[in-house]
Amino acid sequence: MSELLQFLFSGVTVGAVYALVALGFTIIYNASDVVNFAQGEFVMLGGMLTFAGSAAGLPLLLAAVIAILATAAMGVLMNKLAIEPARGAPVVSLIIITIGASIFIRGGTQLIFGKQIHTYPSISGDTPIRIMGATILPQSLWVILGAVLVFIGLWLFFTRTLLGRAVLATSNNRLAAQLVGINTNFVMTLSFALSAGIGALAGVLISPITMTSYDVGLALALKGFAAAMLGGMGNPKGALVGGLLLGLMEALTAGYLSSQYKDAAAFIIILAVLFFLPQGLFGRKSTERV
Amino acid sequence: MKTTLTTTALSTLLALGLASAASAEIRIGATLSATGPAAFLGDPEAKTLEMLVEEANAAGGLNGEEIALVLYDDGGDPNKARTFATRLVEDDEVVAIIGGSTTGTTMSIASVAEDAEIPFISLAGAIEIIDPVRPFTFKTPHTDRMACEKIFEDMQKRQITTIGMISGTDGFGASMQAQCKDVVGDYGITIAADETYNPTDADMTAQLTKIKNTAGVQAVLNPGFGQGPSIVTRNYKQLAIELPLYQSHGVASDGFIELAGADAANGVRLPGTALLVPGLLAADDAQKPVVDAYKTAFEGKYSTPVSTFGGYANDAWLILSNAITTAGEADPAAIRDAIEATTGLAGTTGIYNMSAENHLGLDLSAFRMLEIKDGGWTLVE
Amino acid sequence: MKLSSKHVTLLVLLALVAISPMLFPSGYYYRVGALIFVNAFAVTGIVILTGYAGQISLGHAGFAGIGAYACALAPVHLGLHPALAAVLGALISAVLAWLVGRPILRLKGYYLGVATLGFGILVSMVLNNERQLTGGPDGMEVPDLGLRGVLKDWGLDLSNGQFWYFFSGICLLIGAWLALNLYHSPTGRALRALHGSEIAARVVGVDVAREKLKAFVISAVYASVSGSLLALQNKFITPDVAGFMHSIEMVTMAVLGGVGSVLGAVFGTAVLTLLPQVLTAFGEYEQLILGLVMMLVMIFLPAGLLPSILRKLRGAEA
Repeated sequence: MSELLQFLFSGVTVGAVYALVALGFTIIYNASDVVNFAQGEFVMLGGMLTFAGSAAGLPLLLAAVIAILATAAMGVLMNKLAIEPARGAPVVSLIIITIGASIFIRGGTQLIFGKQIHTYPSISGDTPIRIMGATILPQSLWVILGAVLVFIGLWLFFTRTLLGRAVLATSNNRLAAQLVGINTNFVMTLSFALSAGIGALAGVLISPITMTSYDVGLALALKGFAAAMLGGMGNPKGALVGGLLLGLMEALTAGYLSSQYKDAAAFIIILAVLFFLPQGLFGRKSTERV
Repeated sequence: MKTTLTTTALSTLLALGLASAASAEIRIGATLSATGPAAFLGDPEAKTLEMLVEEANAAGGLNGEEIALVLYDDGGDPNKARTFATRLVEDDEVVAIIGGSTTGTTMSIASVAEDAEIPFISLAGAIEIIDPVRPFTFKTPHTDRMACEKIFEDMQKRQITTIGMISGTDGFGASMQAQCKDVVGDYGITIAADETYNPTDADMTAQLTKIKNTAGVQAVLNPGFGQGPSIVTRNYKQLAIELPLYQSHGVASDGFIELAGADAANGVRLPGTALLVPGLLAADDAQKPVVDAYKTAFEGKYSTPVSTFGGYANDAWLILSNAITTAGEADPAAIRDAIEATTGLAGTTGIYNMSAENHLGLDLSAFRMLEIKDGGWTLVE
Repeated sequence: MKLSSKHVTLLVLLALVAISPMLFPSGYYYRVGALIFVNAFAVTGIVILTGYAGQISLGHAGFAGIGAYACALAPVHLGLHPALAAVLGALISAVLAWLVGRPILRLKGYYLGVATLGFGILVSMVLNNERQLTGGPDGMEVPDLGLRGVLKDWGLDLSNGQFWYFFSGICLLIGAWLALNLYHSPTGRALRALHGSEIAARVVGVDVAREKLKAFVISAVYASVSGSLLALQNKFITPDVAGFMHSIEMVTMAVLGGVGSVLGAVFGTAVLTLLPQVLTAFGEYEQLILGLVMMLVMIFLPAGLLPSILRKLRGAEA
């Protein structure tokens, strides 16, 4: 029993990390149909900038806030300098741009901050919380809380605010959105700022657990992307559920079957889910226009 | 116009190639994994070589000639390593190559170096690099097998007979895992649980719980490098596992204690080199001057703690520069012979005694069993 | 005489393979050339899958891995000649692509992307984990193809670099010729039709699922043969060949050069293979510049290098 519980805790810890990363993908995707492969770099920047700030003597909270704002600014820059000028390019070209941006950000971070692995103290210490013989770290609860709060925020944003609906409208039909008076440029800028900010928040929260360095972004983006696809791209609920499911599957496979093939099990389940639900668990249905 | 573009690209390459091949100094080549998944190894190695060559040139070079270091970053990709090795041999016309941060890149470079008959000193762990002996290929790190033997020796002394293993799936962890399983029988120890994790995993409590609940396990061994072992060490503490924890030489750096936290790392044992414990060396220890000199220079220049891996590069340079001086000429064949004749050379890793049959020249005494206590290193008797 | 675009492509490629060596100052350039041809071979497969049929794959390195390890394993365990091992690898890749493709090609866009990604990761995981067989992350040695020795007996003495340069170049020419023929075949027309609109293609009687599967299988064979060529050339192979980064690299090369045409893809491959070699001169700034170049090309030449350049040239003439 305590064994199963420990596997579940492990899965939820990892799953919340994936969910937070996956949530970052949704806004940009919703606004532009582009999967931003630089999303992992935003997560990395969140962690690295927080470390750099606190190493420079700032209080941790202030360093974290600055890191999130700076990363959001980075997202805006990326949209203004790389995505907006390429308006009208095929989606696959936009993807290559985001891959280029990811390599660029990684290279820049390496130049400025070096290649060392860093970490900083957890928010509420490292004394594990014991529940029925199993343990979980307080920081894991913070990550879970972060994921849930971001999810609720996004859900409210997309369903209850005019701006959120403007984002959805822009992705459905940019021209029509412009015709009804939506400033689509602003919507795109906003979605990059939000996505980058959420990514950075993820980085801030997970780095005390996963540690951070200039090259952690790619692996995180890969898992976050898979989680988002499992849940259904673009849907915050899908990102949350997909992330948690992916984490749980890995932990349970590692616990009961083989730790060597835990990632394989996760991908096999993703393939199986997509076989029956080609849009993921909660993906929006799209119909092809001729 | 297609061909003109290609010509432009080619002539750019040509210009860059010529610019670097024009002068008449001693040309030493290196291809290291300064970025990518093995940057943990390659980065300190590259920094070390750059620093040492700079130092040597400031001191008048070797045999009165200046040294030119041509350094490439292969990103840990063996295919790139082979291309760079070809470039070093064919285009940069180096007289010797240092490099191969990983076993994969080393094997790629070795086949190029052997074909071109250029001496090559590898910085990677696997025993396959020097066994069977290739005429032009040498290496400075102890083999992974030796690390396993050192750890198992220590376990034997503590009457440990059943252990659990949790290994990283990166090249370093996987290679050492295999070597340890090969020799574990010689020490009367059985591996009751054998788990792995990906180097980028965030939590290893599932694997550790499984090991914890395996009947009879008396100690746990974690081969791996990068952040993985730090997370394992923290999770170990989180699960309050009381068994002795052994790490590998892959984490032998002050950075590990910092990342894992002094509290979680307390009591962890690992085989390390003299480089980690300069203060604990006897005043007449042959390695002491080398260790002190390297540590002071590296930490002064880069303000990051030295690691065992940078030490490997330091030793490779010592062996190579010593060989070039002994040979008196920068001729690849003469350098090779001089490297093979290296005897009693003290490096940071150990005392090297090369021979025609032994292209590593270290024995188990090069390793020292260390234990982390109160955030610092101590020697285990 | 008016040359068709197919003949122009083949002539340009032939000229490239034959004339470039005259400019090579050292043996190292043969190595880079051979790498360009080997990469371009796989990228030609991507042109068929993505350029012709409009399908995305983020896992084609998995097939390259199968081709590579077939050449490493089959000679040792089955006693096959390395060349036959490459054929065996291509066959296994084709069968696997057919089995995997049937369910996943129903998926569209990113969902197809993640499914192929999963496939690629599974292959690379098996290669990493089955240490007894594959040597794990440390890799394993690959036997010699033996053709260079045969040529030597016939009086044609080539260095290792030269041999692989010309051998890979000839393989690429054959691959390009087949891909161009496919373009003008009924299958090619069906693929282009379904690229435009699957529904419209279905209406005019194209068996969409079957044609997509065909493109997937053919591109898998291209990737597999490319992996085999790489393994035989390097005589040593590690699971990196099947890694995610290699998959991304293939797609990037194709898109950067212009995914719609074989020549564009070869051009993109050449640029992305040469770039890291040139950028070594910039040391630590290498990654920064690589990312910048990728972004700039896609921003200013969104259709890819070659098509955009050609359009500009035509515009200048007019």
